[in-house]
Amino acid sequence: MNELLAGLLEAGRLIITLDADLIEISLRSLQVTLTAVAVSSAIGLPLGCWLAVRRFRFRRFVIATLNALMGLPPVVVGLIVYLMLSRAGPFGVFGLLFTPTAMIIAQVIILTPLIASIAHQAIRELWAQYHDLLISLNTTRGQRIATLLWDGRRALLTASLAGFGRGIGEVGAIMIVGGNIDHATRVLTTAISLETGKGNFSLALALGFVLIGLAVVVNLLIHTLSRTEVSGRW
Amino acid sequence: MVTSILPLNVKDAVVRRRGKTLLGPVTTTVSDSGLSIVMGPNGAGKTTLLRLLHGMERVSGGGSLQWQIPEQDARALQAFVFQSPIMMRRTALDNVAYPLMTHGVSKKDARARAAEWLERVGLADSAQKQATVLSGGERQKLALARALIRKPEILFLDEPCANLDGRATREFETLLMQAFKDGTRVVMSTHDIGQARRLAEDVWFIHHGQILEQTPAAEFFASPKSIEARAFINGDIVE
Repeated sequence: MNELLAGLLEAGRLIITLDADLIEISLRSLQVTLTAVAVSSAIGLPLGCWLAVRRFRFRRFVIATLNALMGLPPVVVGLIVYLMLSRAGPFGVFGLLFTPTAMIIAQVIILTPLIASIAHQAIRELWAQYHDLLISLNTTRGQRIATLLWDGRRALLTASLAGFGRGIGEVGAIMIVGGNIDHATRVLTTAISLETGKGNFSLALALGFVLIGLAVVVNLLIHTLSRTEVSGRW
Repeated sequence: MVTSILPLNVKDAVVRRRGKTLLGPVTTTVSDSGLSIVMGPNGAGKTTLLRLLHGMERVSGGGSLQWQIPEQDARALQAFVFQSPIMMRRTALDNVAYPLMTHGVSKKDARARAAEWLERVGLADSAQKQATVLSGGERQKLALARALIRKPEILFLDEPCANLDGRATREFETLLMQAFKDGTRVVMSTHDIGQARRLAEDVWFIHHGQILEQTPAAEFFASPKSIEARAFINGDIVE
């Protein structure tokens, strides 16, 4: 219990004193994950929608694969991205290993299947509802997808937020490709891992509380801005 | 309008799904004016027939639908009102404006014309409400406005009043008759014999996927040709 209390106190102290290191790694956490969520959403949301609307031969197979990829082990993704980006790897020339960009790439790979899969579930229901109308109105496939994305935007927001939740707490992949380098690629999760290893529990806990707080604040902020859960709106 | 999409010639059209024949073979002509009421027991194929004519069901095996202009162009000049109106998750105004917006009208013009239509169907006060909170009668009127906004030459309605009460049905019929007087070809299915008597110019009676008769309304109600239709009008249960 002592560690928990000390952790809470330490978290309070770090936040009140606006600890420079804390702010730096928190912002980097946000930067990496928000960028990854933005990129993954840009790919995953239309992909999920397209899978709901389009009928083709291997559709079931693609959806099953997508669902399976939701459980992709981050450590393995990290390892593969590491090998791709390392000096000897095919993309080694770009020198991206141990940069925030590498961390974003790894997270995009982890988050895209998750976001696409949840988006697909949400849009499939909406499409079942809209199907006859949109066919009757003689809309093009592009218009159908655009309409479903727009009218399903609140459900899709949930997909993106689920992606954010997975990304912000993720440690396995970004530890490998980022390397947890101080002032370069250290983020909240990797810092917690490091401090725990050093036996520095109160600081690790403090960072943990900040991480949870950050996740809650971002979710609340997005819900408030997009005015979900307001009655009579979708 | 220079060329009309009607009359529509239907030849030997069959609709099959999973090996079961739902409709046909149907051979008929949909003339270029009039108000036709499609009647028949449940499962007779009323909905399937309307969907077939509207191009939402594929013709299986040999049959054809022949509009006066290429089918792709003809599709843009038709509209369909469903039994349970499909409300998009938008305001009432944007629901009505949607068909215009997907066909190249600017948002501003589309909304202006949608507002006129809402006025006409008596929903002006609900313009900014979410369509999903409207009542059953309001939804169906909204669906009618949305169907008519692009001035279709032919309007299909699939039991539009099945879930409406007396007053809502009367309002809906008034609006429908107005559209008909403005020159829209109407093909509508119904279970309600009273409604058929009020509206029909001619009646198509369907049973087991076949059009048993297409007769002027007066004649149909006075002396139906088929035994099934006679039983149906008399209120007997036709299976």
